[in-house]
Amino acid sequence: MSLFIHLVRTDLQIAFRHAGELLQPLWFMALVVALFPLGISPEAAELRQIAGGVVWIAALLASLLGLEAVFAHDEKTGRLEQWLLADASMLTLVAARLLSRWLVSGLPIVLISPLLAIWLQLQTDALVVLSLSLLLGTPIMTLLCALAAALTLSSRQAATLMSLLVAPLYVPLLIFATSAVKETQAGANVDMQLLLITAMLVLAVTLIPPAITVALNIHLRE
Amino acid sequence: MTENPSIWQRCKVWFHRWGSPAWFYRTSGYIIPWLWGLCFILALPGLYLGLFVAPADYLQGDSYRIIYIHVPSAWMSMMIFALMAAFGLIGMVWRIRIAETMAICSAPIGAAFTLIALLTGSLWGKPTWGTYWQWDARMTSELVLLFLYIGVMALYQSIDEPRKAARSASLLALVGLVNLPIIHYSVQWWNTLHQGSTIKLDIGESSMDTSMLIPLLLVVAASKFYYAAVLLSRSRGLLLQQDQHKRWPQELWHANKADPT
Repeated sequence: MSLFIHLVRTDLQIAFRHAGELLQPLWFMALVVALFPLGISPEAAELRQIAGGVVWIAALLASLLGLEAVFAHDEKTGRLEQWLLADASMLTLVAARLLSRWLVSGLPIVLISPLLAIWLQLQTDALVVLSLSLLLGTPIMTLLCALAAALTLSSRQAATLMSLLVAPLYVPLLIFATSAVKETQAGANVDMQLLLITAMLVLAVTLIPPAITVALNIHLRE
Repeated sequence: MTENPSIWQRCKVWFHRWGSPAWFYRTSGYIIPWLWGLCFILALPGLYLGLFVAPADYLQGDSYRIIYIHVPSAWMSMMIFALMAAFGLIGMVWRIRIAETMAICSAPIGAAFTLIALLTGSLWGKPTWGTYWQWDARMTSELVLLFLYIGVMALYQSIDEPRKAARSASLLALVGLVNLPIIHYSVQWWNTLHQGSTIKLDIGESSMDTSMLIPLLLVVAASKFYYAAVLLSRSRGLLLQQDQHKRWPQELWHANKADPT
C-alpha cells in the first residue's frame, strides 16, 4: 500500500513539474468547444441543444491527446521492466499509475466542464448532470486509454493507432452521457443513464486493469 | 491410467497435433477442397433459388433479394468476431500458435463480411427507406464493428514481431468482444430514443415464406464453409510465410518434388 501511495505521489510530482504539458489537453478541449459556436451558430437556443454532445466529444478528443504518455516514458527508461521484477504485483503498480493518470488528465476535464457548459449556454441543472457524467465517465476514459497505450507499446506508429483503438469503445459512454444531459434539459429523470454509466465504470475498473497487466506482459516478455 | 490410451486421450493427442504447423499445413490442405466443395454445393442452388426462383416480395419487389447476400454477411460478421476472440483466448491461455494465427487470419474475413453487410444494407435502404444511410441501430453497430475489426488488424500490422503482434491483437479482440454487447444495446437504446418513426420492415424468419427461407438457409450454411475454407487457406499462407526459414516447409518442398501428386 505504501508503494502504491509512493508511486502516485511520484507520478503527480513529475506531472506537476511539467505543468505546461498538463494544461495542453485542457486548452485543446476549450478550443474545440469554442469552434462550435463559430462553426454552427452563436444562438443560445441552438448551442444549448448541442452543448452536452459538444463538451463530451471535446472531452473524448482531449483524452486521446498525450495518450502515449501513460507508459511510454517508463518503457524508455526501463522502469516497466523493474515493475515486472518488483515484489509488488504488477496490478498494484498499474492501479497506481491509473489513479495518478486520472488525477492528472481526467479530473481537470471534469473541473473545466462547467466553464465550457456556460460558454454553450447550458442551464444549471443540465450543467450539474454534465459534470457528474464526466466525473463518472473520465475514469472509464482513462482506463481505456491506458489499455490502448499498453497494447501499442510495441507498435511502430503508436499515436494514431491508439485513437483508432479507443474511439469505438467510447460509443456507449458517449450515448448515455449525452442522453443524460439532453433528458435533463427536457425535464426528465436521468437516474437510469447515470446508473448505467456507473455500471460501466464498475465493469471497467474490474476488468481493464488486469487486461492492462496482460498487455504489458505481452510487451515485456515475448 | 490404463495401458491402452482411452478415447479421450486419443482425442487430446489428435487435438494437440493441430498445434504443429507442419501437421496443420498438411491436414488443412486435404480439408480445404472439401470445404470449398460444400460451399459451392450449398451456395449455387441457394443463390439460384433466391435470385431467380423465389417469388418477389409483395411490398419490396425484387429489391428484397439482396438479403441473400446481406443476411449471411451480417451474421458472419458477428460470428467471426466471436470466433476470432475465442481463437485469441485459446492462443493466449494455452499459448497455441495456430490459434493465434487463426485469430489474426479471421480479422480480414470478418471485416470483409462487415463491409459487405454495410454496403448491401445501404443499397437496400435506398429503394426501401429512400436513403442510403440511416442511423439505424443495426447499421450503426455494424459500423462500430467494422471499426473494431480495423483496430485489430491495424494493431497486428503495426507490431513487427509476429507473435507479440498476434497476442496483442487477440487481447484487443477479447476486449472488443466484451464491449460488443454493451455497444449493441446502447446503440439500440439510443436509436429508439432518437427516432421512433424509423420504418421497421418485418423480415424475420417467422414471417418468411418457405420458398424464400430455404435459399437463405442454404446461403447462410455456404457462408460458414466459405469462412472455414478461407480461414484455413489464409492460416496456411501466413504460417508458411512466417516459417519460411524453418525446416518443415523445406521438407515439405522436397517431399513434393520427390512425389508430385
